[in-house]
Amino acid sequence: MSLALIAALPFLGALLPGLMIRSGRNVCATTTFATTALALIGILLLAPQVMAGGVVIERYEWLPQLGLNISFMLDGLGLLFSVLILGIGLLIITYARFYLSKSDPMGNFYTYLLLFQGAMVGIVLSDNILLLLIFWELTSLSSFLLIGYWRHLPEGRQGARMALAVTGMGGLAMIGGMLILGQIAGSYDISVILQHGEAIRAHDLYVPALILILLGAFTKSAQFPFHFWLPHAMAAPTPVSAYLHSATMVKAGLFLMARLWPALSGTPEWFWLVSGAGLITMVLGAVIALFKDDLKALLAFSTVSHLGLITMLLGLGTEYAAVAAVFHIINHATFKAALFMTAGIVDHEAHTRNIRLLGGLRRLMPVTFTIGTIAALSMAGIPLFNGFLSKEMMLEAAHDTGTWFAVLATAGAVFSVAYSFRFVVHTFLGPVRESYPGKPHDPGFGMWVSPALLAVLVVLIGLFPQQTVGPVVEVIAGAVTGGHPHVHLALWHGVTPALIMSAIAVAGGLVFLGLQRSLAPVWDAAPRPEAKAIFDAIVEALARIAKAFTDTFQDGAISRYLAVFTVVVVAYGGWAFWGQGAGFAPGAREQLPVGPVELVFFTLLIVGTAGVVAVHRQRFISLIVISIVGLVVSLTFVQFSAPDLALTQLTVEVVTVILLLLALNYLPKETPVESAPGRRIRDGVIALVAGGGIGALAYAILTRDMSLPTIADYHVANSYTGGGGNNVVNVILVDFRGFDTMGEISVLGIAALIIFALVEVILHGPASRRLLNWKPELPQAFDRHPLMMVVATRVALPIALTVGVFIFLRGHNQPGGGFIAGLVVAIALLMQYMASGFAWSQARQKFDYHGVISLGVLIAVLTGTASLILGWNFLTSSNVHVHIWPLDDIHLASAAAFDLGVFLTVVGAVMLALASLSRIGRRAGEGVNLTAMDINPRDNAEEGR
Amino acid sequence: METLVAVAIGAMTAAGVYLLLRLRTFPVVLGLSMLSYAVNVFIFASGRLVPGLPPILGHAETMTDPLPQALVLTAIVISFGMTALTVILALGSYLNAGTDAIDIEKPGEQPETGR
Repeated sequence: MSLALIAALPFLGALLPGLMIRSGRNVCATTTFATTALALIGILLLAPQVMAGGVVIERYEWLPQLGLNISFMLDGLGLLFSVLILGIGLLIITYARFYLSKSDPMGNFYTYLLLFQGAMVGIVLSDNILLLLIFWELTSLSSFLLIGYWRHLPEGRQGARMALAVTGMGGLAMIGGMLILGQIAGSYDISVILQHGEAIRAHDLYVPALILILLGAFTKSAQFPFHFWLPHAMAAPTPVSAYLHSATMVKAGLFLMARLWPALSGTPEWFWLVSGAGLITMVLGAVIALFKDDLKALLAFSTVSHLGLITMLLGLGTEYAAVAAVFHIINHATFKAALFMTAGIVDHEAHTRNIRLLGGLRRLMPVTFTIGTIAALSMAGIPLFNGFLSKEMMLEAAHDTGTWFAVLATAGAVFSVAYSFRFVVHTFLGPVRESYPGKPHDPGFGMWVSPALLAVLVVLIGLFPQQTVGPVVEVIAGAVTGGHPHVHLALWHGVTPALIMSAIAVAGGLVFLGLQRSLAPVWDAAPRPEAKAIFDAIVEALARIAKAFTDTFQDGAISRYLAVFTVVVVAYGGWAFWGQGAGFAPGAREQLPVGPVELVFFTLLIVGTAGVVAVHRQRFISLIVISIVGLVVSLTFVQFSAPDLALTQLTVEVVTVILLLLALNYLPKETPVESAPGRRIRDGVIALVAGGGIGALAYAILTRDMSLPTIADYHVANSYTGGGGNNVVNVILVDFRGFDTMGEISVLGIAALIIFALVEVILHGPASRRLLNWKPELPQAFDRHPLMMVVATRVALPIALTVGVFIFLRGHNQPGGGFIAGLVVAIALLMQYMASGFAWSQARQKFDYHGVISLGVLIAVLTGTASLILGWNFLTSSNVHVHIWPLDDIHLASAAAFDLGVFLTVVGAVMLALASLSRIGRRAGEGVNLTAMDINPRDNAEEGR
Repeated sequence: METLVAVAIGAMTAAGVYLLLRLRTFPVVLGLSMLSYAVNVFIFASGRLVPGLPPILGHAETMTDPLPQALVLTAIVISFGMTALTVILALGSYLNAGTDAIDIEKPGEQPETGR
């Protein structure tokens, strides 16, 4: 089965539980089980190839420019982890089916579980570190959902948040580290990176990369000082704890360290950081675990401790330690998952996980007792169980490293024995209590079968290590170290230092177990930093800083944002002028002469501009003044060879002024004086500096020749031959940059639709009442639809439409085109609205403006698609010359169809915007006329007779 | 002539920015329009000022740079869409809130009456 498919299976399967739950809980669980089993079968089918020393690699290009490819790899390490994830996943799915109560939404649970499973499988199969990062973040997110599954419990929510914050933060750091690593190695493919180990370790950026990556690994695997989130995540349902916190998520950090072992390990930095953190975590976790009364908390800290153990082994950097680490990963997964499930069973049946309330359960729950004891003895490292073997190897590796390592490792082992025994002794042994919170008894088969299977594995591996997992460990260790380690796992090595250390550990552990009850009050009373309090304090402080920052810069005053924005842009522009030592210098291009006409219009523009500012409080007047500026701008376009622009500007000016006039009817007519003089001076200074800067920039550009030949030369050369038109501007719009134009008309259409939607909201919101009570501020015209205007616009309509069609048709060769024609036609229609009113015109309007807009965009898109179908690039145009008697030569370009789309969109958008505004007018109680004029002259004439 | 155009661009920008920093919606809309004028002329002028040579083939031997014109043409139409949208937003907020001030009052402060 394809690796990509295996990685995708859980994600695809995640769609099912939510649907299947409708057919019942068994179907739901079975579907989930089947999905996971299918993925596991896929992996197992590939296993022989890997066991024979091969590596399965699959590559699909995704963003090769970024080095981001979908590449998967299955080697020994990936095989181990994927089998652990999927195999234990199967057991957990079975267990959870019976663990979850009727009130727990099971569909959600299995969906989250499969999402998480997919993310984990993705991590261990990725051959690209960027892809790995994506899956890594996905595990953080999906584990957040799982830990917070019981969202009615505050502990669940807090634990989930803490886990997400800590692992998410580590993930961010890791992104940085991975990017550095990829830059050093020149590739983001793991298989390539692993071959560049020496170059990576010798690189200047090795230490930062190492630290950042380790931050990710340590937070995920709960290594000191990030160990605190794991116990809080125990608020999750037990199946989640058993899955995430024994076999999978917390092992992701270990996986990563093992994966990158050949590239990163072997330096003093690696040794001290990794094995140091591991050793501290191992001892600290073991000590805390001994004093926890909550079964799951005890197991959580024991997990922390064992993760520390494996981390330490990986940090030592020797081949023997790597073999031990791999072996312990297998063993820990088996016994710890079994222990979590045992704790879950006890909790489920006895209704408490508090050790102080338990004891004597061996008679009431014999099956659970047997399973729990086997797993706990393995955790303690007692011979005949698999935990013993790997712990021996760990002790030997520590012994070979140095005295301090030996002493601390033995200390960790002592406490490990103590809490393992405590788990058994204080829960199951001792006298049967008179009462428990619940009625303890062994659960049904479905619930104990999963831990029982794991317990069988614990014993089998413990008795016959070489026969069961020896070859597997060899292949995996080979994948981790990149070499060919010789592995011989055996129960008996003779009397070695490690065996003596083990004996000390068991004896010491028994002593501490005996002392536990008397030491517990001392431990509880001892002052120590409380991780949750510190974490909460940090989060609160950060939130306070963020709030202060936001309140300062986002205080609801838009004028302030705009001022800040303008000042930043101006400052940046100033820096561009002077910051790099270049300074401002005008060019030496010869200027055009200034004639009297130009001088007049320049003066008009300056006066108009100043006038807008001066009279901006009188809103009607300022509208008139600003249209003078618009007019001069249009004339500027005329003067400097831009007839298309001049036509567009002129027509847009007309519709804009009409729009603003309509809006102003419902807005205050004057702007009050509000800002203090100081503020006005401040704004004036900002405005003058900004204007000066832009003016200076324009001056610098205009007085220089272009430093490079313009790309428009290509457009000019190909306008007629390629685009079939003489008007280069129009050909650029509908052909060369047609894709741009398509985007722009879409934006225009969307803007008009938003306007329509906003008016809907206004008409149905609280503003509606205000409108219904509207009193016009200005005196209204007596005759709103005067005869002269009605007649004039009627006569003008066909002329205007003809002009529009003419401008549209000639647009490809002469000034004009869809934009301008659309605006002209829109104005022609607008005149009818102005003359005879909204209702009268609307009644004669056959098409919805929404439809016109959509039709326009659709035509434009279809024109582009047509060329795709013909095998050309999107929006490639073609053109033909047609002779139809008696007409002249007609030049048909496919771009004309595109231009038609532009035309329709413009007409639709302009009309929809203005028609929407007039709907507000109707709500405000303006009279609705169904006849063309308020006063029909014929009626008067008849009355007169 | 180039000096005059540069001065005009600067003046329109300054007026636009000043109006943009006012406290009521309508002047802000005017300011946006002024800024649009300035920006459009600026982009247009980056093709340099060339009188009498429109970018029509067959009109003359040479022509002015058509590309900035094409860019500005759509910009003009889009800026109409933007103005229309802003105006409706301004209208909606005025009708809903009863004031056309653009800033939200801080809690505890008296809302300004505007007159």
